[in-house]
Amino acid sequence: MKSELNEQALLKGLAENDSKAIETIYKENFNTIQAFILNNNGSYDDARDIFQEAMIALYEKVQSNSFVLTSKINTYVYSICRRLWLKRLQQMGRYSGKIENLEETISVDEDMEIHEKRNAEFAIMDRALNSLGEPCKSLLEGYYIKKMDMQELSKAFGYTNADNAKNQKYKCLMRLKKLFFTQYNIGE
Amino acid sequence: MEDIVLLQAIERYLDGSMLPAEKAYFEELRRNTPEIDQMVVEHNMFLHQMDSYTNTLSLKHTLNDVHAKLLSYGEINEGGEVSTKGKVVRMWNRYRKVTAIAACVGGAIALMISGLFAYLSPVNNSQIQELKREVEYVKSKNKVTDDKLNEVVSKIPKGAVVTGGGSGFLIDSKGYIITNAHVLKGSSFANVTNGNGDDFKAVIAFKDESKDLAILKIEDEDFKIKRNLPYAIKKTGAELGEEIYTLGYPRNDLTFNQGFLSTQTGFNGDSSTYQLQISANPGNSGGPVFNSNGEVVGILSTREKQSEGVAFAIKSKSIYKFIEQLKNTDNDTLYQHIKMPSSSSLKGMNRKEQIKKMEDYIFLVQAFNKK
Repeated sequence: MKSELNEQALLKGLAENDSKAIETIYKENFNTIQAFILNNNGSYDDARDIFQEAMIALYEKVQSNSFVLTSKINTYVYSICRRLWLKRLQQMGRYSGKIENLEETISVDEDMEIHEKRNAEFAIMDRALNSLGEPCKSLLEGYYIKKMDMQELSKAFGYTNADNAKNQKYKCLMRLKKLFFTQYNIGE
Repeated sequence: MEDIVLLQAIERYLDGSMLPAEKAYFEELRRNTPEIDQMVVEHNMFLHQMDSYTNTLSLKHTLNDVHAKLLSYGEINEGGEVSTKGKVVRMWNRYRKVTAIAACVGGAIALMISGLFAYLSPVNNSQIQELKREVEYVKSKNKVTDDKLNEVVSKIPKGAVVTGGGSGFLIDSKGYIITNAHVLKGSSFANVTNGNGDDFKAVIAFKDESKDLAILKIEDEDFKIKRNLPYAIKKTGAELGEEIYTLGYPRNDLTFNQGFLSTQTGFNGDSSTYQLQISANPGNSGGPVFNSNGEVVGILSTREKQSEGVAFAIKSKSIYKFIEQLKNTDNDTLYQHIKMPSSSSLKGMNRKEQIKKMEDYIFLVQAFNKK
């Protein structure tokens, strides 16, 4: 019972991007995953990639309103990692049809689907932001990601007043939206 | 310009900074102009996308920070020194296709050979018996020494099905334990307990049924890495008639037995094992066989059914070969840093002193499956 409460607290921490909770989950799960990846044709870098992607999938899961984790964290993380790694091996054409199974797994099909969609959306936004060019990119990042206010931004970028910066921001935003939605609707 | 004004209005509407009158007016506009309504919906969705992008981005940063931190604390390990790592990775990238093909061919050959061995091997012969503790045995123990067992098996999760058990011992102070593969037969988890009753979770890192050897890795925060193992694992053979003794867990307590090395070969002349004259019982499987210098010369694994006191031990040389083979296979990275002790600090001590020094390193292995 105690460990269950503890797991709930950890997941809550993860949802809030609390580094202490993330550290605990990381510490308790990374080594198993690393051993699994290394034992199945992977490198240290692969292990890191796959594990972090699974953490993101878990984060997405705890963020959703309908969130229920029906298994223990380690079972969930392992199941996701296993799926991700199988997929990666298949893509590289190195899938031998035999994967050593050290832990029990649960079905994560639905979550994987959601994760893949989110992953694609992340990539589209990332690409859109990066093809925006400067100073648009930094300006928008400053406002939407770093949450700076217009006053600070106009100072940082050297606009003569906040109104001009704001105007510029909207112009950039329109371009970003256009880039994003073109890609997004192709993907749909 | 008009678009900008509109976008600005939508943004203010969505973040709730409009005055009530302004808001009412805007909502009226929304209702009457489908295009504007659509723009609001679209922008709202876009802002959500931005939000989740921002959150994922900052999570990625946190994950990288945590990774670097744990790496520097030694909580996680990416193998070897940084200086050699770059080289290894580059080599790996360059040769990975070749290695993969080689491994496939090697794997196929190994499978064929192990198939042949399994076919010809005497291990399945009913004349010898594996010294694994059977489930029934463990169960009956449960009833008799209830309190004690509760304390001992506390790290086995509730509802787990214990499939068997035996002995094992550390071959590397980083937490690598060697035991017999048959001890772990049909199970996917293991729990180990040393002579002091310290209980640790372990994972099955590797097992080879044909050699009847398996490596467990202790994965437990409570496990503290000890600097050096007191005993050595002997690279050369033992002498005929040499006095030997073994420590293992035919019961839940560390149990001592002594005897002699009676033949240089094992059952049916198997040259990878010794025949010993020693009393061995189910549960002794996987336990170390020591000579009088406190060097491991073998791993106790089977006994003859018909004759009393005849047991067989896998030669310590085979441990080196086994580890060497692990290091040479392609998915080996985990095992590269296994280093076995080659000098014993127990020479010249009497047996009681030797055993006292070893207690911490010889483990009761319990294999189980989760429900």
